[in-house]
Parts: sequence; structure tokens; C-alpha cells
Amino acid sequence: MSANSLKAAHRRDVLAAYLFLAPFAVIYATFLVYPFFKGLWISLHDWELAGNYREYIGFLNYEDLWLDAIFWKAVGNTLNFVAMTVPTMTALALVLALAVFGQGRLKGVLRSVFFMSSVFSVSVVTLIWSMVLSADNGLLVPLFNMIGVKPINFLGHPTLAMPSIALTTLWWGVGLPMALFLAALSQIPPELYEAAELDHAGRFTVLKNITLPSIRHTVLLVLVLQIVGQFQIFGQAHLMTQGGPANRTRMLVQYIYETSFRDWQVGYATAMSFGLFILMLGFTMAQLWLGRKGDE
Amino acid sequence: MMVSARTSGLRRVTDLLILGATIAFAILWLVPVIWVVAMSLKPNAELMHSTAGFLPIPFTLDNYIGLLKLDTVPRWLMHSLIVSVTMTLMVLFVSSMAGYAFARLEFPFKKTLFMAMVAGLMVPEQAVFIPLHTMVSGWGLHNTHFALVMPRVAVPIGVFLMMQFFRSVPKELEEAAAIDHASRLTIFLKIMLPLSIPALTTLGLFTFIFAWNDFLWPLVSATKADMYTVTVGLASIQSNFAFSEGLGQVMASAVFASLPIVLLFLIFQRFIVAGVAMSAGK
Repeated sequence: MSANSLKAAHRRDVLAAYLFLAPFAVIYATFLVYPFFKGLWISLHDWELAGNYREYIGFLNYEDLWLDAIFWKAVGNTLNFVAMTVPTMTALALVLALAVFGQGRLKGVLRSVFFMSSVFSVSVVTLIWSMVLSADNGLLVPLFNMIGVKPINFLGHPTLAMPSIALTTLWWGVGLPMALFLAALSQIPPELYEAAELDHAGRFTVLKNITLPSIRHTVLLVLVLQIVGQFQIFGQAHLMTQGGPANRTRMLVQYIYETSFRDWQVGYATAMSFGLFILMLGFTMAQLWLGRKGDE
Repeated sequence: MMVSARTSGLRRVTDLLILGATIAFAILWLVPVIWVVAMSLKPNAELMHSTAGFLPIPFTLDNYIGLLKLDTVPRWLMHSLIVSVTMTLMVLFVSSMAGYAFARLEFPFKKTLFMAMVAGLMVPEQAVFIPLHTMVSGWGLHNTHFALVMPRVAVPIGVFLMMQFFRSVPKELEEAAAIDHASRLTIFLKIMLPLSIPALTTLGLFTFIFAWNDFLWPLVSATKADMYTVTVGLASIQSNFAFSEGLGQVMASAVFASLPIVLLFLIFQRFIVAGVAMSAGK
């Protein structure tokens, strides 16, 4: 090929590239990039959802946020929820993955069982668990009757409401991290296990010295995904406890939702959602940084 | 060898114990689902009296029949289907095209554009749903399928996955076609897309499940009960089910609404696990 035709081919490629990118780029710019910056702009206003009231107020929303006790309560609750779910979810997913890893029909069925709950929508999951935990006609009521104790109203209980939501989330969400661990386990070279067998290494030694070190990147990935995901908790709390009792389970996204769609304070709610964004970003970055440090 | 025979005997026993414990745990995992299905198949009069038991005795289909007569739940189901199918097809379309460009073509500002896309991975839906809401209401498009679908089409992770996949395709396959003066579009449509059917299936399945189950955006975008997706619709009856007498019917609607997604899962579960393996990478 001559230099000229090469140049022409390259020019055609550049044109093709932009045409291939265009559909994504247009939708991405319209529905993600633009709203992101528009959100920053809205957060600098006293902006109401209905009507046309909007007034530029600078960083006043952020200052109010700083002094908002319910906001900090929601931050605390969300962090509490993240602390309850992320380590248990990761550990449970890992244990289940180790238990159902391998060949065989039975293990395949077991894998499906643990994964299946994650295809249900949040409204189905919360419906199921609100029923299970109900003090009137719940699944556990016969058990309470048997031992002669008054059934506990889990979701209305100040200290038990949050763990109940965490339990629901665990049941709902363990499938995906489990599948990620299964994928990682299948990547471990069999030679490593064969060598361990020759050394008569015990089950626990193999787990500690071979399996866990080999999947540490996946552990980090699962932790990051879990933190990001659990920070966004909304449906479970919104549908199961409505943030109660006494704001004990009021989560950040739920407070954002209520501020904008019940109280119509869109400017304030947007400021709050950027607070959430920064919080999540900080946690993810810290996580990745710690993970990288551990690698060195 | 003698020693290893003994240890392997011990190993088999512990293996069986672990398997037994796992099976017990799996049954426990299923109990809530079985219970809900059982309730959906019992008469309401019976449920008022007692909700205990995992067998639908006495058995009835009245809850499901009543549901179909109500017409709302089938309508929500239809919206969910339209939204999820459209969204899945569009995600596959835009992600595969953009993924191909990033994987195989050279163009100015490639790095910058790529970084701009990756940055989008960091922005959660929660950070943009309010501005999106004001935008869509400015256009007067709430309660339309367009508003339910479009904001969720440009997902950076989709492009990322397709790009990873296209990179793994040997370059020679394309070069042969390029010598025959095939255009980029021909190469993409005739060579790359057919090869990427497994990747597209995986991305499609995950998008479909995500679209079907999404809650926050449909909740704020569809304000009329007529336009609810099944997830939002179910949530709307859930908040007052305690006062209704139709517990059996509420359970039936939960089962009914989950059927399509559970069926999809059962048919494609192989792909789902393989897809996780693919997206996890090494």
C-alpha cells in the first residue's frame, strides 16, 4: 500500500471511530454528564420541585447541611448499615463460594439456590422479609408461641430494625459476590493444589496459604463493589421501616428522596446527593489505596 | 501413600459434612420463598386465620385469577417488559459500537474520551437522579417509556465489558477482511458481532435484570399508577397491604411479577455465572 492510501485508510478509520462512538457519547453526555453538572448548579440554589421558585444562594445549602442533625443521623445510619453488611456479605459469599465450588449436579443446584434470591426486585424481597419478620403473622410467630414468648416486632424495634434490614440485604445480595468468588476460584492453577497435596498440607493450610492469597484481588473488588452498593441503600429501608423507629433506619438516599419528592427542596436534596457522592468516592479511593498498598 | 489414604478418608468425611451443612443452609435460604408461594395459593379466608405452613392446603388459584381481573398488575408487567427489552437492546447497541471503537480504532482524543467514560463509573445514579428528574419534567416527558429507558442506556460498564471482549479477538481475523476492502461497518457487523454473541448475551442478561428490578428512577419518573413498572407497582401495594384483606393476592402478585425474571434466570443461569467470570477478569 502506498503512503497516500494508508493515510486515506487512517482518515476513514478516524471517521468510523467517531461514528461508532456517537450513539453512546450523545446519550452519555445528555443523561449523565450534563445532569451531573446541572446537579452542581441546582445545589447552589434554593430550588423548589414544583413552581418556578429558584434563587441563587451560593454554598448556603452545604452550610445548612453541615448543621442538619437528621442528615448526620442518616450518614451515621448509612455507615452503620455499611459496616453491618459489607464484611458479613463478603465473608458469607466467600464461605458459600468455597462450599459450592466444584463439579457435580448437586453443587450446580446449590449455586443456583444462593444466586436466585438476587434476581428478585427490591419490592419482592422486602415484601417477603416484612412478612417473615412480622409480629402478627410472621414466619417466626409459631416459634415464639412454642417457647411461650410474645413475638418480637423486629422492624419496629429500635435496636433490631437495622440488623433486620441488614439480614434482608444479605439474603438478597449474596449471589453476585459469591459468583465473583467462584470465578476467581476457578482461575487458581491446579498445580498449586497438587503441590500442596504432595506436602500433605491440611485443608486449613491450603485455604490460608494458597486459596486466599490467590483471590485477594477479587476480595478487594467485592469489598469495593459492596461499599459502593450498600452506600446506596434505599428500597429496603424505604419499604420496610420508612426510616423508623425514630429515624433509627433513615438512610442517606432515603433522606435525599424525601427532601426532594416530599418536601420539594430540590436544591438542598441535590447538595445532599453530592455529599453522598463525595463520601462514597472517599471510601472507594481509600479502599483501592489500601488494597494497592497491601500488594507491594 | 498409607498416610495419604487415611487423610483422604478423613477428608471425604469432612467433605460430606460440609456438603450436608450447605444443603441445610440452602433449604433455609429457600424457606421464605416457598412460604410466600404457598401463601399465594391459599384462600384469603384461610390466611386471615393462619399464615403458617409451607404447603398450599387448602389450595386455590383465586388469588391469581383475581390479579388478572384487576388489570393493573398485567399492565405493570407489560411496562416492565417494554422498558427492560428496549433498554437491553439499546445498551447492547451503543456499548458494542463504542467498545469496538475503543478496542480497535485509533483516533484523536482517544485517551481523553476513554477517561471521560471511566469517570462516569464513579457517578452513582443517586447523584444525578434529581437533575435528571427536573430535565425530564422540563421536556414534559415523565410517565413515558422514553423517560424510563433513556437515562439508563449509557452505562460505562457496558462499553468497558465489550471493549475487553473485542480486545481478546485475534487481530488477524479483521486484517484478512480489511485486505478485501471491507468497510469498518462490515467488519463490525459480519465478524466482530457474531463472535461476541456470548459477551452480548451476558451483558444483555445483566442489563435486563437490572432494568427489571430498578426502583429509584422508575419511582420518581413514573408518577401515574398507570405507568408504573412492576417493581414500583408492587411497592405501592405493599405499603398498605397490612390493612387490606387480600394478603393472598399481594403474595400472588409478588410471585407473578417475579416469574419472568426467575424463568430467565433458570434458562440462562450458565451464562450468568460465566458472565460474572468474564467481567471479573483476572
